[in-house]
Amino acid sequence: MQIISSFLLPFLILVVIFYGIIKKVPIYDVFIEGAKESYEMILSLFPCMLGMTLGVNLLLKGNLISFLLSYLSFLPIPKEVIPMTLLRSISGSTTLAFMNHLFELYGPDSLIGRLASVIQGSTDTTIYILTLYFGSIGIKKTKYALKVGLFADLIGIIASVIAVELFF
Amino acid sequence: MVNMIWGCFIIIGILSFFIQGDFSLLNETILKSTKNAFDLTIQLFPMMALWLGIMKIASSSGLLQKLSHLLYPLLSKLFPEIPKNDESFSFIASNIIANLFGLGNAATPFGLKAMKSLQTINKKKDTASRSMITFLAINTSGLTMIPTTIISMRLMYGSKHPTEIVFACIFATACSTIAALLLDRYYAKKEEKKCR
Repeated sequence: MQIISSFLLPFLILVVIFYGIIKKVPIYDVFIEGAKESYEMILSLFPCMLGMTLGVNLLLKGNLISFLLSYLSFLPIPKEVIPMTLLRSISGSTTLAFMNHLFELYGPDSLIGRLASVIQGSTDTTIYILTLYFGSIGIKKTKYALKVGLFADLIGIIASVIAVELFF
Repeated sequence: MVNMIWGCFIIIGILSFFIQGDFSLLNETILKSTKNAFDLTIQLFPMMALWLGIMKIASSSGLLQKLSHLLYPLLSKLFPEIPKNDESFSFIASNIIANLFGLGNAATPFGLKAMKSLQTINKKKDTASRSMITFLAINTSGLTMIPTTIISMRLMYGSKHPTEIVFACIFATACSTIAALLLDRYYAKKEEKKCR
């Protein structure tokens, strides 16, 4: 699996270049032209990144999560994994760091390690994606997008718990 | 909605620092966040430039259009709003394929291109269109077949079977993607009724 995915990116580039040559596209010029589009994208991204990073960091460093944890111990999942379920939609890098921490403590092949892997792998960081994608094109009214994203995260986490019970 | 959430994050965050009385950490957090945001954005930059360049070759040579023709039957059902042969389809198709194979840093530029091209056919420029929300529903639900980052992390921590979680991940991500699409459909239908 590891080999497949590390093989895939270079292969993709190879196919694109090869096909471009066959179709007589001025590949280098077109490449430069396309790469230039990134300036504009990066510029429009920064304000959204700034806003969200500030909000998320304040919330996380404020230690509210550990306070909430004491009220959530009734849930039918190992309590070590609960912070991940709370943070998964908000900050992907935090849950990734947390998963590493759990791997270190319990090992990746333990029940907790597996559950952490599946939770991390089964859904994406809703808040980050919405800010990034809508921010880049200046959409202000996002309608029901957030509700849909958060609902999907909830289902993803429930499904992860079920999947780990089913498969292992 | 996003405005409310952002406001809540900041207010709750700052108040919880006040309760603990740790003002130096609060100031440090604010300062560090700005630098953090800058680093995150800059980290995206090189890969984004690379993939936008490659992508441009793929679209000039017609490869991208071929790809989207392949996925058209499925995509046209998910995105009934987009006119046939619109270039949005090719960007959406590449984003979904990159996500499926766990190529996160290729998926993001494709996704942003898709949003840009969806914006050109959007009637109200400050409001999310139905197709945009459907597209983001697929992205936020984390559709993937090979979770590359997690497999490599597991390997790093000495897992004996780093790929054993793949099927569980596919099961969970399928559940969340289907849930997202169903809820998205429900809201879209509701909105349609309101407009009539």
